[in-house]
Amino acid sequence: MATGIRDKVAILGMGCSRFGERWDCGPEDLMIEAFNEAVADAGIAASQIEAAWFGVCLEENNVGKTAVPLAQALRLPRIAATRVENACATGTEALRGAAYAVASGAYDIVLALGVEKLKDTGYGGLPVRTRGVNNDLWLPNATAPGAFAQLASAYAAKHRVDMADLKRAMAHISVKSHANGALNPKAHLRNRITEEDVLKAMMIAEPLGLYDCCGVSDGAACAIVTTPEIARSLRRDAETVTVKALELSVSNGEEAGFSNWDGAHIATARTAAARAYASARVSAPRSQIQMAEVHDCFSITEAVLMEDLGFSESGRMIHDVLDGVFDRDGTLPVQPDGGLKCFGHPIGASGLRMIYEIYQQIHGRAGERQLPRVDLGLTQNLGGHPHQNVCAISIIGRLGA
Amino acid sequence: MNNSQIIHGVLSTSRYLPRLRLERSSIFAEHRWMAQGLKSLAKGRRTVANWDEDSVTMAVEAARALLANFSGARPVELTLASTTLPFVERINAGIVASALGFGNELAVRDVTSSARAAFTEVVSALRHAVPEHRVILGAERRVARPASTQEMIFGDGAAGVLIGFGPAIATYVASHSVQADFVDHFRESGSDYDYGWEERWVRDEGYMKIVTGAIAKCLTSAGLAASDVAHFAMPAPLSRVNEAVAKRAGIRPEAVVPTDFESVGDLGSAQPLAMVDTALRTAAPGALILVVAFGSGCDALLLRRTEEPISERAADDGRSETSYMKYLSFTGQIALEWGMRAEIDNKTALTAAWREGAKISHFEGGCCSDCGTVQFPRSRVCVNPECRAQDTQDAKSLANVPAHVLSHTSDWLAYTPCPPFQFGHIDFEGGGRVLMEFADTDPDELQVGLPLRMVFRVKDFDSKRGFRRYFWKATPARGQ
Repeated sequence: MATGIRDKVAILGMGCSRFGERWDCGPEDLMIEAFNEAVADAGIAASQIEAAWFGVCLEENNVGKTAVPLAQALRLPRIAATRVENACATGTEALRGAAYAVASGAYDIVLALGVEKLKDTGYGGLPVRTRGVNNDLWLPNATAPGAFAQLASAYAAKHRVDMADLKRAMAHISVKSHANGALNPKAHLRNRITEEDVLKAMMIAEPLGLYDCCGVSDGAACAIVTTPEIARSLRRDAETVTVKALELSVSNGEEAGFSNWDGAHIATARTAAARAYASARVSAPRSQIQMAEVHDCFSITEAVLMEDLGFSESGRMIHDVLDGVFDRDGTLPVQPDGGLKCFGHPIGASGLRMIYEIYQQIHGRAGERQLPRVDLGLTQNLGGHPHQNVCAISIIGRLGA
Repeated sequence: MNNSQIIHGVLSTSRYLPRLRLERSSIFAEHRWMAQGLKSLAKGRRTVANWDEDSVTMAVEAARALLANFSGARPVELTLASTTLPFVERINAGIVASALGFGNELAVRDVTSSARAAFTEVVSALRHAVPEHRVILGAERRVARPASTQEMIFGDGAAGVLIGFGPAIATYVASHSVQADFVDHFRESGSDYDYGWEERWVRDEGYMKIVTGAIAKCLTSAGLAASDVAHFAMPAPLSRVNEAVAKRAGIRPEAVVPTDFESVGDLGSAQPLAMVDTALRTAAPGALILVVAFGSGCDALLLRRTEEPISERAADDGRSETSYMKYLSFTGQIALEWGMRAEIDNKTALTAAWREGAKISHFEGGCCSDCGTVQFPRSRVCVNPECRAQDTQDAKSLANVPAHVLSHTSDWLAYTPCPPFQFGHIDFEGGGRVLMEFADTDPDELQVGLPLRMVFRVKDFDSKRGFRRYFWKATPARGQ
């Protein structure tokens, strides 16, 4: 009988590069930047790492295929290394592989590293690419903002809310992320904005304007994981941070092709959240979780996720957002680091970056944006589009919490 | 319909016009500085194909209208006539037949080279009756050199005639065909534009001699007089040449069927068929209709209207378009800066396209025989989570199933030849959900629940290899 992942894997060290338009850095530089921080944090030698999981999504735009680019950049001593890809959920997927390797007892110390060098395309937004020869015959050439914008029209229709009210809530989300990002020295976007800026911005995909969309960034993030026992023995003075839940839910085409999805929520997020809460023994997420980093690729995504993750009652998201519940000084801060919106979104690194923020907050190392006390934090990392996606949820916390 | 006589003749006719209507004043405004002479033509509007329409897609729409009252018809022949076929090698009529779901048991052919190409086929099919249905389509998307008179005169569109045994709306009386290598204009293979000779010569030596001669012989062979003609349908690519011919031939001026120049333009090979459609819808039972098409010779055809009722043509004013620059871009006559997103390689895997043929051409999904769930694409395992039966799906086309919007966006980031790129989740009546592109949609028109119908359009152009792929798109079901 499976007993789940709770408290079986500890995070020994983490690192995260500065995110942004890193014109002067290639993927190798970004990987080294994150890795050096993590190794120093873990207090181990690189040679103690026994296996690695490597996350890159759009490999054709940066490092190419396989895990060789990781092994080469870090000059890993011919250890086992695996490349994973699950769209924008790639970063969490890398951690999942590493965590399972430790939990299985196969290895003691394992690296999970995600990197994405996106700003070598020559244009803004994510790179255009084929969706596979069969899909290209009929699927619309949708952009990410276009796909996520669908949520807004369906949400407004389903809950019979005025689009203007929904847009105000979405604007509040972006204003909040910019305020948080301004306090984060590693964030891509550090400027503060106003609700008026958001509402007046250039339209990208109706109703999403420029400020409803996250940054497209270069960056890397990584985690070194081990068992709680080894973590305690290696770092007797430090808080031991463990994985409470690490769940994945993958669309099977039902949302896209059956009639039971309303188009206004992320079905996989609900499934993954239910499993993650069970794993972490969380029954009342809004009060038991002290912070969340969700996949705010677009303001509307964060908005609907508040309901999918059980932070807001169905149809109550607009009120909670506008009431400031998810602001940094609210009862459940969401994206205290600025989120994808302002920390940035180097795809393969994002899932690990989210966990990095919880890890920093638990350790009290979040600087100006430090929250009072975080025992449990949640990350929600989404790959794909609302109707067809991979949703990864992790719950990270203090050992024993 | 119970009193219908089952006879051989014209069973139905149709005309398809693209929604966009370019104001001729907008064309003239751009050329006024160098082509004052166009002023006399700068009246009304002409039809313009949208960026994703071509002679094939417009022919599909004309055929769907043609067969609206003949659901389940399985024609034995489908002929597509056009001087602007998208493929020089690959039977364009086959693309149309596949989109219409006609199956494989029919003959398809393309005919071309003249504005009377479609009409020649109609005359021929009426002369030589066979028991089965034959579909003849004309479609045209001619591009004329900027500031030419043709740019003003041409319209884009398609028309169709269904011929066979059935409740005919018109029967064959007589016909006469003339061959003449009379080169009033020409277009070499691979050339973009026509080259034409002086209009006065075309009128005096072409229309006034070749056409009037053919009309006279046609009437004589039927033992009829010009005064018997109640409707005279002839395209007039030269201004009022139809009226001049009528006068010379002794046909009453009131018999001249309007060409719809002011609202449509000349549809090339589709124009004679479109005018048959116009004439038959207004003709009284028993009326004699003379149809003439000119081009490298002439075909004249006499039809007699039956008592079979025909519905009136639905009013369709289209949408006014005043951007000449947009027209130039749609027709590939100006290369605008579309940014790097437009560089995407739209190479089509022809193996996959053949394997997925019915899915792409006729929008064929599946209907689970266990639970009745309609789904697209058709798959091995049923999408219904309560069912999950394997290999139970019967073919089910969504091409003619009404639908509505579940969600939508207008995307200004994605590349499309006509921004914004509009797409959304579509729910079909009776089940089935597909993420689809919208076509011919106004910027503020989309809303959740908006009723839709499906249209066959160009999905992507592969400019690198000279290929284009087609798929279905959703368009607002206006006035239906």
